[in-house]
Amino acid sequence: MSEQFEPVIVGFTCNWCSYRAADTAGTARVKYAPNVRLIRLMCSGRLDPTFVMKALAGGADGVLITGCHPGDCHYIEQNYKALRRFLLLRRTLAGLGVEPGRIKLIWASAAEGLKLAHEINQFVEEVRALGPLNWPKWNDQPAEIDAVKEVA
Amino acid sequence: MSNKPKFAMYWAASCGGCEIAVLNIHEKILDVDANFDVVFWPVAMDAKYKDVEEMEDKSILLTLFNGSMRNDENEKIAHLMRRKSQILVSFGSCATEGCVPGLANLFPVNEIMDVAFHTVTTDNPNNILPQTSFEVPEGTLHLPTMNSRVKTLAQVVDVDYYMPGCPPESHQIAAVVDLVIQVLQGKAQLPPKGSVIGAGNSTVCDECPRARNVKMIKAFHRIQEVAPLDPTLCILEQGVPCNGPATRSGCNARCPRVGAQCIGCYGPAEGVLDYGARLVTAFASVVDAKEPAEIESILDGIPDPTGQFYRFNLADSLMRASTSNWKKNGH
Ligand code: SF4
Ligand code: SF4
Ligand code: SF4
Repeated sequence: MSEQFEPVIVGFTCNWCSYRAADTAGTARVKYAPNVRLIRLMCSGRLDPTFVMKALAGGADGVLITGCHPGDCHYIEQNYKALRRFLLLRRTLAGLGVEPGRIKLIWASAAEGLKLAHEINQFVEEVRALGPLNWPKWNDQPAEIDAVKEVA
Repeated sequence: MSNKPKFAMYWAASCGGCEIAVLNIHEKILDVDANFDVVFWPVAMDAKYKDVEEMEDKSILLTLFNGSMRNDENEKIAHLMRRKSQILVSFGSCATEGCVPGLANLFPVNEIMDVAFHTVTTDNPNNILPQTSFEVPEGTLHLPTMNSRVKTLAQVVDVDYYMPGCPPESHQIAAVVDLVIQVLQGKAQLPPKGSVIGAGNSTVCDECPRARNVKMIKAFHRIQEVAPLDPTLCILEQGVPCNGPATRSGCNARCPRVGAQCIGCYGPAEGVLDYGARLVTAFASVVDAKEPAEIESILDGIPDPTGQFYRFNLADSLMRASTSNWKKNGH
């Protein structure tokens, strides 16, 4: 039996809109893939790129960031901040070989449970298609290779 | 042999600049000589590894260890110096965070060898490569083997103190030498193990005299493209990438004071878990745009964000190496 790869996705959601959207989806029994572990932030503007790197280096295959629609931020402008960080972070991680498709930013209002569930499902499929990331656990004693010999 | 405390300094994968910085403490170097017996310092005196191996464990009071862990010889001497020293200082950016040699972690080792020995700038028609062992009539000769990735000293052995900088500023080195001498004379105490010494606790921005006005920018430029920079205003707010916001203080904002951007050689500021992540936040905060397309076009002005944000810190960052490095080399 060949088992389908189940990606692990960490989702950082804003308390005011998208976390509630996820909640709405849950209460309305809209199904979304169980691959996403949601972490609630007070605002997407609170998203520190460090969290994303920790998630990826710690074994996540993808990271989802959700926030209120542009213009609707509970804290006025913070979601634009999140957008700028997200775009620069994605470029920085690309330089380290992390495919841009592994990080996604979704806007969702509290009423958009269905839309959010749909986007999450779609993202899970996209990350599944990319395959496991499997970032090394650097705390382990690294097994060195005789690279010079390999070249020769 | 005198019974003065013993001092050693070693270079692993390094450029020699850290050694020069120590010599640059000028007449203070005489204090080092007056208070210490220099027992091992390859750049300054003739000594063999065997001499160090024969010393008693913990018999060296202070070892300043610079350079990163590029090959197995570096690691072997790191273990040796750890065993022989009471106080092991990770000295300079290479030892502490991998520094520029750590950027090699963006590539697989064989690609590095290719660039060094096979590209057009290298006259090597027979494709001769260094071998890690070679038979000669007298026996087998060995060369160190490259690690799959560059590591920091603390990733290999236990470190007592960290001294950042590429290289550490000479006045900071002099202050540390003074402190150790005072400790020897019972006039001062050593800081807690694991401390960063010879540096400040805030950021380069905090020591920078340039005015910040929370100004947002519409484009990033390379510094040579915006001559002349306004000498009184923040460089980053003039659209030139400056790493000051994430970088540890201690150099007295040496570069921005003379019109150059901080490139981050003092490493992450206190409390910064990932240096590059902090700079992503800092740089994103000056971008004056709300539409994705406009933001992207402004970010095009930073052609190599990974290199910009991790020039000194990649080997000690959360990610540490790129996929092209660890997928090829193993880890
Ligand atoms: S920290 Fe800088 S000066 Fe010191 S060895 Fe490394 S590259 Fe050279
Ligand atoms: S960003 Fe650079 S120029 Fe601006 S205050 Fe900080 S160190 Fe000074
Ligand atoms: S300003 Fe930045 S790059 Fe220049 S010496 Fe200080 S920390 Fe290093």
